[in-house]
Amino acid sequence: MIEVKNLVKRFGSKYAVDDITFSIGKGEIVGFLGPNGAGKSTTMNIITGYMSSTLGTAEIGGINILEDPMEAKKLIGYLPEQPPLYLDMTVREYLNFVYDLKGCRLNRKKHLEEICRVVKIIDDYNKNRLIKNLSKGYKQRVGIAQALVGNPAVIILDEPTVGLDPKEIIEIRSLIRTLGETHTVILSTHILTEVQAVCDRILIINSGKLIADEKTESIINMLEGSRRLNARICGPQRDILRELRALPEITRAEAVGERENDSFLYAIESSSGVDIRKTLFFMLAKNNWPLIGLESQGTNLEDIFISLVDKKEQTPKKSREVPQFDIKLPEFENKEDNN
Amino acid sequence: MLAIYKREMQAYFTSPVGYVFVAMFLAVNAFIFTFCTLLMGIDSSVSSYFTFVMWAFIVLVPILTMKLFSEERKARTEQLLLTSPISLMGMVAGKFFAAFTMFAGTFVFGSLINFSLLYKYGTPNTATLISSSVGILLIGAAFIAIGLFISALTENQIVAAVGTIGVILFMLVIGFLSSFIDVYAIRVALTWISVFSRYSNFGYGILDIASLLYYFSICFIFMFLTVRVYEKRRWS
Repeated sequence: MIEVKNLVKRFGSKYAVDDITFSIGKGEIVGFLGPNGAGKSTTMNIITGYMSSTLGTAEIGGINILEDPMEAKKLIGYLPEQPPLYLDMTVREYLNFVYDLKGCRLNRKKHLEEICRVVKIIDDYNKNRLIKNLSKGYKQRVGIAQALVGNPAVIILDEPTVGLDPKEIIEIRSLIRTLGETHTVILSTHILTEVQAVCDRILIINSGKLIADEKTESIINMLEGSRRLNARICGPQRDILRELRALPEITRAEAVGERENDSFLYAIESSSGVDIRKTLFFMLAKNNWPLIGLESQGTNLEDIFISLVDKKEQTPKKSREVPQFDIKLPEFENKEDNN
Repeated sequence: MLAIYKREMQAYFTSPVGYVFVAMFLAVNAFIFTFCTLLMGIDSSVSSYFTFVMWAFIVLVPILTMKLFSEERKARTEQLLLTSPISLMGMVAGKFFAAFTMFAGTFVFGSLINFSLLYKYGTPNTATLISSSVGILLIGAAFIAIGLFISALTENQIVAAVGTIGVILFMLVIGFLSSFIDVYAIRVALTWISVFSRYSNFGYGILDIASLLYYFSICFIFMFLTVRVYEKRRWS
């Protein structure tokens, strides 16, 4: 449905998007994941025809967005980062305007009411509420409704849950999943749990480059490999560390937390795919060191990035390590030399 | 185009802008008319009225045009327009015609009152009244196109308004300024592009094809330039 080939966008000397290639099939929900400024929005802006690419092509349903923008745009519903709402209009007026703008040929009343029901703004639609009087969450819903007008085959949502409260986030996510049953959906986010919850596939973008294009499960599994635990253990710190490091499965053990009632917090990392919780328990029990807390640290976006960027660059670097810089200060020239 | 036109017309009346414009235009129009006919009028040709009313456009036209594109850009709603299946020219034309409808509607309404008084108490020359009115409407259209273009250049409405005031003022005064210039070629060129000198034939009751074309060209050129502004932004 979407075919992006060697996309490059340059702003001056900076590459916002640097040679990105991917294709998205019909009915897929794909997440664009990346930190702020990675090039997610720029890529979306190019696909939707808001911007042109410096190099490369973007095709929607086989139509090149630059060669036949009118036809390509008919296939897309787009919710930009900031919903494009006219605050002086009511929800009804606005959706009718978008309906006219997109030149839809559906049953207007039925279609708009159906959309409002799906995104749960039917009340605001019927009561002629002004958009400026809606809460942020509802404005976002109107923005999504706008993207659905005309029933486009592709729906592109740029950070659809930013600034919403947790309940709204859950609702919007389930809405996106529902949309994914009948549409091709691309959404961008910098929240890992969001793509985990919603998407079939993840495209990870960093500094304008596509660093991963994988099924959601495989990305998560990739990081499940190295397990990290935080354990709070009572007992002599030095002895505990020695014993922990003596275990063959443990690759790293450090005391990270402060003493609290005779206990320390230890960060423990095990080698790939090994669950050391049982071993750890028995070892501590044998030594009579009570284990009073154990939590497994989940993977987060930061870890995924570090791991993927490392993979890409082929330079092994431990995650969460403070990067070391080798900076040489310029030496001051001797005054006498200048004279 | 129609969708944009409808939306803009609606926007003029959901905000104070439309009411302020209509009220100001009618008041200024009526004042100038009264001044030129009752207070200093000698006959019912009202040519001085048409000349004076043109100067009011310096302030009136920017009220209509300043927000057309700058507000869209600031509120990021232009993203909706630019990702919708409409042509850039359609978008620009929709906005232009909305502003022009406001302008022409108010002018025609004001003129109906003014001219009916004129017919009741005098014997005006109908041809002159019509041609002068057409001239005024064309000048308004040209100024609106200029204002539209300037509005597309900035996201600040104040900058757009001040810029438009400056350019309209310049367009109006170059006709007079040209008489102070010694170099023949420059003088002719300035007179040629002056909105004011182009209008003179309309004032005599002549619908001059060259002048009509001149005003249409200004409208088209500035609408085209507005489209180019958007094209350029898309490609830069």
